[in-house]
Amino acid sequence: MTSHAATVDSTAQRPERGLGVYDKKVGMWVFLCSEVMFFTGLIGSYIILRFGASDVWPMPGEVLNVPVTAVNTFLLICSSVTMVKAFAAAEVGDLKGMRLYLLATAVIGAGFVGVQVFEYNQLIHHGFLPSSGLYGATFFTMTGFHGLHVTVGVICIAWVTAKAYRGGYTQEDHEGVEVIGLYWHFVDLVWIILFTVVYLI
Amino acid sequence: MATIVAEASGMPVLVVEHEMPFIRKYVFSTDHKVIGIQFLFFSLFFLLIGGLLAVLIRYQLGWPGKAIPGGGVLPESMAPQGIMLPEFYNSLVTMHGTFMVFFAIMPLLVGVYANYLIPLQIGAHDMAFPKLNMASFWISVPAGLMMMASFAVEGGAAGAGWTSYAPLSARPDLSGVSLGQQMWIVSLVVLGLGSILGAVNYVTTVINNRAPGMTWFRLPLATWALFISAILILLSMPVLSAAMIMLLFDQTIGTNFFLPAEGGQPLLWQHLFWFFGHPEVYILILPAMGFVSEIIANGSRKPIFGYHSMVFALIAIAFLGFLVWGHHMFQSGMNPALGMSFMISTLVISVPSAIKVFNWMGTLWEGNIQFHTPMLFAVGFVMLFVIGGLSGVYMASTPVDIYIHDTYFIVAHIHYVLLGGSLFAIFGAIYYWFPKMFGRMINDTAGKIHFFATFILFNLTFFPMHGLGMKGMMRRIYDPAQYEHLSEIQDTNTMVSIAAIALFGTGIYFLVLFFWSLFKGKKAPANPWNATTLEWQTPSPPRHGNWSELPVVYHGPYEYSHPDMDRDWLAQNERPDIVSPAHPELTDQVLAETGASEEPSPGTHTDGAG
Repeated sequence: MTSHAATVDSTAQRPERGLGVYDKKVGMWVFLCSEVMFFTGLIGSYIILRFGASDVWPMPGEVLNVPVTAVNTFLLICSSVTMVKAFAAAEVGDLKGMRLYLLATAVIGAGFVGVQVFEYNQLIHHGFLPSSGLYGATFFTMTGFHGLHVTVGVICIAWVTAKAYRGGYTQEDHEGVEVIGLYWHFVDLVWIILFTVVYLI
Repeated sequence: MATIVAEASGMPVLVVEHEMPFIRKYVFSTDHKVIGIQFLFFSLFFLLIGGLLAVLIRYQLGWPGKAIPGGGVLPESMAPQGIMLPEFYNSLVTMHGTFMVFFAIMPLLVGVYANYLIPLQIGAHDMAFPKLNMASFWISVPAGLMMMASFAVEGGAAGAGWTSYAPLSARPDLSGVSLGQQMWIVSLVVLGLGSILGAVNYVTTVINNRAPGMTWFRLPLATWALFISAILILLSMPVLSAAMIMLLFDQTIGTNFFLPAEGGQPLLWQHLFWFFGHPEVYILILPAMGFVSEIIANGSRKPIFGYHSMVFALIAIAFLGFLVWGHHMFQSGMNPALGMSFMISTLVISVPSAIKVFNWMGTLWEGNIQFHTPMLFAVGFVMLFVIGGLSGVYMASTPVDIYIHDTYFIVAHIHYVLLGGSLFAIFGAIYYWFPKMFGRMINDTAGKIHFFATFILFNLTFFPMHGLGMKGMMRRIYDPAQYEHLSEIQDTNTMVSIAAIALFGTGIYFLVLFFWSLFKGKKAPANPWNATTLEWQTPSPPRHGNWSELPVVYHGPYEYSHPDMDRDWLAQNERPDIVSPAHPELTDQVLAETGASEEPSPGTHTDGAG
């Protein structure tokens, strides 16, 4: 096998193989396909259960505090914007801007989790539990697993931010920022769907 | 380790082996080959456990209500005085299915061979994410331990069947199992997470890490099949996880997703489970088809017949596999019009499946057939898969299915495709790649004895079950003798049980042969089967990192018996002028092809199909 070493250079010198995109980015996209199916399973079940029991379903705002969650939704969308700004800053070599925007993303993301904990606390205080009929079961399962994803995202962004402050990323190499950004935008997108189907419709 | 590499291969070995502590090298290893071998031992253990449970099931069915010999060791809650309790029997059928599907066949196919083969066959140093790969194995181990431990808890192991239909599985007061069922759920969610991490790795690696010249249509069919299976895992496993989590909440925190009394929908569980469950069936058969394609091309000394149609058939089966889940639910009370569409989509799957079978026959046709042990298992696979496939067509037809639903006809079918199909292909794959994995051969005569004994006893065990099912024997029944119409077929049941216990004996024979060969087998050369794909162009076993420099690929995967070659095989990374200096024009042709296909461009070259 080593005898063909002479012929290697003709094809082996290509800068990128496969898609021409680095492994971590491909891997994150592939993983997000899987995540899409997970949330499809939960949201699809919600739709089926709700259609099967439409007469007893509470109206929007009857149980849930829609204004608070609307503000929370706005927070999460803002954190997606700061994530994009962090990546854009890294692309042009503004490492200080990148660090600040990453920090902002982590803080706003943590704020979202905090508001969700506050919301859960209020609901449970008013006697609205996962065992409160199909409405409670689907609500807590869907928003709970979304909240878990946000929490994991915040931890990862905090880790990326710490690495950024230690000088771990450069204008040429900031794969971690882009990959965690993909995940964060996905989580944001899921929330927009959840907010619509759970709180507004 | 380095010395064995040098001895076994007979090739010059670049000694780059940096010394690693034992625990990093063999326990928490990130080397895809070590992880593959870890999965092999893991899943062979669960194959043994699953087989043992099958023997207990068959003992009860063969001799209902008789004390199990040596059954006195079982606790009172399972089998007082060695006589099996119905509740314990429920746990046995549930756990037999669970262990075999999730902890034996699936890791044997995907965990072992996707890990071991993909980087070697595509010419990569390792997986794209070696640490993630290590995590996927070490996530599976606690899942397996938890599943084992569930036998020991109060109420015993899960007993609602491997499909765990709600509300039986959702209400402990119905099944009598509480903690066992919850451990079953948690274990499978954890295992599913491991599978998804593994699948992310396999898909990324195949997309992004192929060696120079390894275009999509030069990939060996085993890699193609494992790649497609990984996509199926990726898209179906999370749906199971979502359903399992809802079931767990029904059990523990008082939700009612699947409990009809509170407005929940039991049918929803069946839809979610089978939306995962049917792609799962193809996760369990597609890699087997890939291995069989490798072995049949090698054993026939011919290029695989219709390489491209083999690939497209794999893709078609995978795609259709997502549209047919409802054929498991014809009897569930769902809309009959829906049943009709599921029946049609299911029947359509027999087209790509038949394409594969005819291509294997086309490959064998006029081949210079070498009946080595892997080849016997591969041909056995084709025969048994055809029987299993044909009985599948019966079940796909709604009117027939209503008659045979949940009978032993179904049990016969699933064992023809999973044991006669997947497991035969796994045995073939173990015999075929054992020399590469461990640097030693398995004795061919001993392997042939294993094949013929398994083949005969398998058919004696499972073929009569078609008849048992037609006569009305229900699946998962504890004591058929309690019904008059079934007591007259008790003799057949006893015969089946004797054959099944002997079949388990062939499994023990195989394990002994496996471990004996591991230590005492003849040293294997680098390429004992004169095979063409890249993994055989490395020493046996390959060194850490696989290649000192990446191979360059010039050919499709099955260049056997090329008319212009002096020998009957041409490796994927060999230039023909090295093999056949008499034909320099071939070299130019091959190099031109390689230059023209720098980007993966499907269908622009004629290799592979010969």
